[in-house]
Amino acid sequence: MSREQKQLLLEIMQYSFALVETNLYLDTHPYDERALKLHNSYSQKYNELLSLYEAKYGPLRYTQMSGCPWAYINDPWPWEIDFDVI
Amino acid sequence: MWIYEKKLQYPVRVYSTNPALAQMIIEQFGGADGELSAGIRYLTQRWTMPTNQAKAILTDIGTEELAHWEIIGTIVWKLVKDATIDQIKGTPFEAHYVNHGKSPYPHDASGVPWTAAFINSKGDPIADLHENMAAEQKARATYEWLINVSDDPGVIDALRFLREREIVHFQRFGEALRIVQEELDRKKYY
Repeated sequence: MSREQKQLLLEIMQYSFALVETNLYLDTHPYDERALKLHNSYSQKYNELLSLYEAKYGPLRYTQMSGCPWAYINDPWPWEIDFDVI
Repeated sequence: MWIYEKKLQYPVRVYSTNPALAQMIIEQFGGADGELSAGIRYLTQRWTMPTNQAKAILTDIGTEELAHWEIIGTIVWKLVKDATIDQIKGTPFEAHYVNHGKSPYPHDASGVPWTAAFINSKGDPIADLHENMAAEQKARATYEWLINVSDDPGVIDALRFLREREIVHFQRFGEALRIVQEELDRKKYY
C-alpha cells in the first residue's frame, strides 16, 4: 500500500469515526440542529473521499463498482496494514 | 442487514512481538465483558425496545462493538504473527497455540470459551439498559487493567481509544434509559 493510498485511507477513517460519534449523539438528540449540521458536513466530505478512494484503489464496500478483476479482494486487508509506517 | 467496510475503525499500530500480552488482550475478544459480548448483547436486545431512540442506539452501538472486536483481533494477530516457537513456549499463549495456532479465538484470558451466558436480554427495556450501562463500566475497567499490563506504546494507544468509547457508550445508554423511562411514564393512565 503506497504512502498516498494509506494517507487517503486514514483520512476516510477519521471522517468515518466522526460520523460514528455524530450518529450516536443524534440517536438520543434527534432535534439538535448544531449536531445535525456537523453530521451533514462530515457526511458530504466522507462520501467525496470514499468516491475518490474507490475510483483509484478499488471498492471498500461490495456495493461499489470495480474494473476487471474484482478489486474488492485486493490486499492489504484491514488487519494487514502497517499503520506505523506512513 | 450489515455491510462490511474494508477498514478498521481505528488504525492499529503494534511495535513488538509479545504472545504473553496477546493472551491477555484476548480477554476483550471473547471474555464476559469483551467486545463480542457487547455486540451480541445490544443487537439481541433491539426487538423489545419501546422507542426509536433506544432501537437506534442499540443498533449503532452494537454495530460499533463488532468494529471493536475486529480491532482487538488485529492487536492479537499483530502481537503473535511473527512469533517463533521459542517465543511462544513457556508463555500463557502456549495453551492457546496448541489448539488454535496463531488464530484469535473467542475465549477469555484464562481460556474460558465465549458463551451466550455472558450476556442477557430480559425483554424488559429498563433492566436491559441498566445491564448495558454496567457492561460499559466493566469493559472500561478491563481496559484499564489491560493498559496497566501493556508495554507496547501502539497497543496502549489502541486500548486507550477503546476505553474512551466505553465512556461514550455509557453516556448514550444513560440518555436512552431516561428517554425510555419518560416514555413509559407518559403511557401510565390513572
